[in-house]
Amino acid sequence: MASSDALLPISAREEDPLLSDGSRSDPNAETHGRRRPVKGLLAVSFGLFFIAFYVALIATHDGSRSNDVKIESDGTATTVSRAHLAGVSEKSNDQLWKLSGDRNTVAFSWNNSMLSWQRTAFHFQPEQNWMNDPNGPLFYKGWYHFFYQYNPNAAVWGDIVWGHAVSKDLIHWVHLPLAMVADQWYDANGVWTGSATFLEDGSIVMLYTGSTDKSVQVQNLAYPEDLNDPLLLKWVKFPGNPVLVPPPGILPKDFRDPTTAWKTSAGKWRITIGSKINRTGISLVYDTTDFKTYEKLETLLHKVPNTGMWECVDFYPVSKTLVKGLDTSVNGPDVKHIVKASMDDTRIDHYAIGTYFDSNGTWTPDDPTIDVGISTSLRYDYGKFYASKTFYDQNKGRRILWGWIGESDSESADVQKGWSSLQGIPRTVVLDTKTGKNLVQWPVEEVKSLRLSSKKFDMEVGPGSLVHIDVGSAAQLDIEAEFEIKKESLDKILGDASATEEFSCQKSGGSTVRGALGPFGFSVLAHESLSEQTPVYFYVAKGKDSKLTTFFCADSSRSSFANDVVKPIYGSSVPVLKGEKLTMRILVDHSIVEAFGQGGRTCITSRVYPTKAIYGAAKLFLFNNAIDATITASFKVWQMNSAFIQPYSEEAVRALSRT
Amino acid sequence: MMAMMMGVAMGDIVDKTCKQTPDYSLCLSLLRSDPRSSSADTVGLGLILVDKIKALGTETLGQINMAYKTKPMLKKPLDECNLRYKTIVDVDVHTAIIAIRGNPKFAEGAIVDAGVEASVCEGGFPKGQSPITGLTQKMNKICDVTRAIVRMLL
Repeated sequence: MASSDALLPISAREEDPLLSDGSRSDPNAETHGRRRPVKGLLAVSFGLFFIAFYVALIATHDGSRSNDVKIESDGTATTVSRAHLAGVSEKSNDQLWKLSGDRNTVAFSWNNSMLSWQRTAFHFQPEQNWMNDPNGPLFYKGWYHFFYQYNPNAAVWGDIVWGHAVSKDLIHWVHLPLAMVADQWYDANGVWTGSATFLEDGSIVMLYTGSTDKSVQVQNLAYPEDLNDPLLLKWVKFPGNPVLVPPPGILPKDFRDPTTAWKTSAGKWRITIGSKINRTGISLVYDTTDFKTYEKLETLLHKVPNTGMWECVDFYPVSKTLVKGLDTSVNGPDVKHIVKASMDDTRIDHYAIGTYFDSNGTWTPDDPTIDVGISTSLRYDYGKFYASKTFYDQNKGRRILWGWIGESDSESADVQKGWSSLQGIPRTVVLDTKTGKNLVQWPVEEVKSLRLSSKKFDMEVGPGSLVHIDVGSAAQLDIEAEFEIKKESLDKILGDASATEEFSCQKSGGSTVRGALGPFGFSVLAHESLSEQTPVYFYVAKGKDSKLTTFFCADSSRSSFANDVVKPIYGSSVPVLKGEKLTMRILVDHSIVEAFGQGGRTCITSRVYPTKAIYGAAKLFLFNNAIDATITASFKVWQMNSAFIQPYSEEAVRALSRT
Repeated sequence: MMAMMMGVAMGDIVDKTCKQTPDYSLCLSLLRSDPRSSSADTVGLGLILVDKIKALGTETLGQINMAYKTKPMLKKPLDECNLRYKTIVDVDVHTAIIAIRGNPKFAEGAIVDAGVEASVCEGGFPKGQSPITGLTQKMNKICDVTRAIVRMLL
């Protein structure tokens, strides 16, 4: 249905229960035979006006849609006032901002009530100011350590140092004093991203990038001042720093973010560092025995043309058979290796699964058509998620992924609210042993300790339905849901040879565009009038080969009235194996929504900034916007407690140690 | 003679760079108006344009100030514009300058934001009543060009 809508006037497309202003026009006014010619003529010209208007809107909107057409009683159409910024192109993350020409807005201003609501209850963030990349995560003497790129002076990037925090469970954190500041010539312009390695004797080395006083990128070594201090409060920089400088052929600003080291079969330590040569993204390889002197390998770990600079490279083994994490040094026949890089050009994290050859320090992807960094290659997350880094948690035998979740609002707002950026909820990462072709991520088990009261629901939802799910407060939620399309609906579509369509979350118009078998899911952070809402949904499309493909999307295009925030539609197809029901999990925490499809095969993080659907006015809805399909939904919704992340005090540390 | 040839050669970098931006003639006129452009690398050219953003932002703040007196009924949108343009001049420009040298993607973010702040400010006025339309349009154009140059550094 969606694909045939291309020429219909907007009013016909948007006839769905989720429209806030309840506008309805008779879509058949110009197609049904009308006895009264005057009315027919009016309807036809009305329809033509719409087509012209629609075309004009498309021309100014770069593909985003304004669902705000309202029909007045005299037949003219006006836009519901709302300034509207064109959507973000997903491929290049090219944030082209343009204001719609046709709106008669009231000036919108952020107030402190709206802004303070945006702070999260259980996601890691410093008390104030700017944060970016996760750094050197590790588990030591009973504590999970988290370091991060931090600006102590402002809510925007700059003056970067290492923030530090500890937790017993990856959820309840206490902030600690800064671990490292820019006090040497070799990191004067920034103490940038780095990773930790455990040596055989249990001690820790940290390699990190310094931006020197001349803005050259170099690698430096640091280590804890006192290994008997479980909080690892103080760090010492190796006096012989830098230990690595840009090698010949590599530009001084293309050499950063060293990885955790792994042991080679020759008994040396090996690291990799992302870089580029012209537009080819590469990963350099170095061997060392003492982390002070290095030999650069002739070969690269890997390279992919036309991908640009590789930031925050990560390299680690995953088990082919077991659902557990592996120490970074593990290798063997039951193991695949992941190469991941953050693409500077697009701000997207990509990974690929492949085979590592220890003898010459190279890696080749299983599927070169989706090699690291190619736009179609796999992503940890199809939303706002960058500079991610994993570490091996030897405490519980899992590999854990951290990701930087930046803001999608304006710097004015960040400065006004006094902070910018979050970390995603830490996720476990394993190879999907069922498909073998992708990773599976899932919020760490410990997040369940935040669950308070819950409500369970089982319902059948017909086409074009919207159900308010009464759970009380709806800004801090954990939702686990299972969906099934009724067999009769599926059979009907599968039997209809003409019912094929092309679909993509980004390009198919969002959650208001109705298909035969979708969209259906939840609308979170929704105002009761639905004027603001964030739908997270499945869309099942029947392709030309008569096969069904399931898509998992998060649509923030109507998440807020604000005209200075990015409101993309994110998502991707998600593998669904025979016999599987469709499952999704959603963590809602004020201005962040994290969605996990099919047990974490496809993950989407969104940042949203509602202006009305906040505090008590934020609600949860279940919807089925499909035209033909009835779905059954079985789900549980938990209220989530705050993680009470504490500023540094000995008291707070003691309190956490007792847990 | 040598100096003249060098001048022409250097000028070509400006020409080449501007050809890769969405507004070649604007780019040329902005850069050539600054004598530093003849010997600047891409970072230098970017910094020249960030200076232009700052100058334009400052000029616009001046116009906003004057408009309080001539159009007092527009106080609310003028207040919003004041906030937005202060962000451009004090925050975005500063971030762009430090990031251009070290980590250009953050400069790109700041420049994109400058365009957003300008657009949002303009959008706050009832239709046809903005006293600064020409200036906000210029800001958007300069930001587009500057962003293209910063992206060359990625």
